[in-house]
Amino acid sequence: MNAHHPVDADTWTVAGRTFRSRLIVGTGKYKSLEQNAAAVEASGAEIVTVAVRRVNVSDPNAPMLTDYIDPKRVTYLPNTAGCFTAEEAIRTLRLAREAGGWTLVKLEVLAEAKTLYPDMIETVRATELLAREGFEVMVYCTDDPIMARRCEDAGAVAVMPLGAPIGSGLGVQNPVTIRLIVEQAKVPVLIDAGVGTASDAAAAMELGCDGVLMNTAIAEAKDPILMARAMKAAVEAGRLAYRAGRMQKRRYADPSSPLAGLI
Amino acid sequence: MLQSMTTETETHSISVNGEHRRVPAGTTVAGLVQLIGFDPARVAVERNLAVVPRSTLGEVQVEDGDDYEIVHFVGGG
Repeated sequence: MNAHHPVDADTWTVAGRTFRSRLIVGTGKYKSLEQNAAAVEASGAEIVTVAVRRVNVSDPNAPMLTDYIDPKRVTYLPNTAGCFTAEEAIRTLRLAREAGGWTLVKLEVLAEAKTLYPDMIETVRATELLAREGFEVMVYCTDDPIMARRCEDAGAVAVMPLGAPIGSGLGVQNPVTIRLIVEQAKVPVLIDAGVGTASDAAAAMELGCDGVLMNTAIAEAKDPILMARAMKAAVEAGRLAYRAGRMQKRRYADPSSPLAGLI
Repeated sequence: MLQSMTTETETHSISVNGEHRRVPAGTTVAGLVQLIGFDPARVAVERNLAVVPRSTLGEVQVEDGDDYEIVHFVGGG
């Protein structure tokens, strides 16, 4: 809990790196690299997720992501999207470490294409192996408190439970278990995937999450740059509300004006 | 270019990102990356399933039958 911190010092720390922004954004699905860069700027994000893919041998002069989003200004968080086994994920991240020199990575080991649900048995196994190799692994996981704990025990530097399936925009489906994960975790908890609009991001933050990671909600908005701004505001609002501590819910009305002195 | 190679030039037959290629003998891994049009400082190279450290790209020689994966960062969620 950071409730004792002043507003302007409300930072969070993962694997020894401290950040002010609690919004991590993806860099996929944008219409252009220009739009992508403008959305990152508007979001205020200090970390972006990136994928590792073969260079296009037939088009070596194609513009590159690093030309538009400067890895010296924004932390690149390489992911393992599209990997379905621990071995594939580890192979990908070894290349990512060489390409960027970074050990902070996002692990996602998927079980199937239909749901893109994480395979938690492979995920925990990969987390263990990667941690042993010196990686600092932020782990995409199910919204299951027991699995989140297994990831942490395996060496995860952050646990990132899904709010809803990747790209679904359904919002946090399981606030009860997300809260349980937040309460027990000794590492940062970030909602990863499923956010659709600003209120979803605020709701995730009100549960006490340390941050939110999203891509499609911004990239597929009619105006991605405006939505990036909305998400920045929502994450900040949700965080402030969490720190402020919300009022108790009541079953019936309670007047705000005094009853005494009524004429 | 590669297609102008004469028969007496020794070449190595390799695979790059799943595609067959021939490169002159004596090519280094850094040379291979440049040959296909990329900056060795902006990619990562896997040779026969093992990552080639960037610091050695200019020293490691391409061998006949090598299998390369050359990757970089692209947009992703």
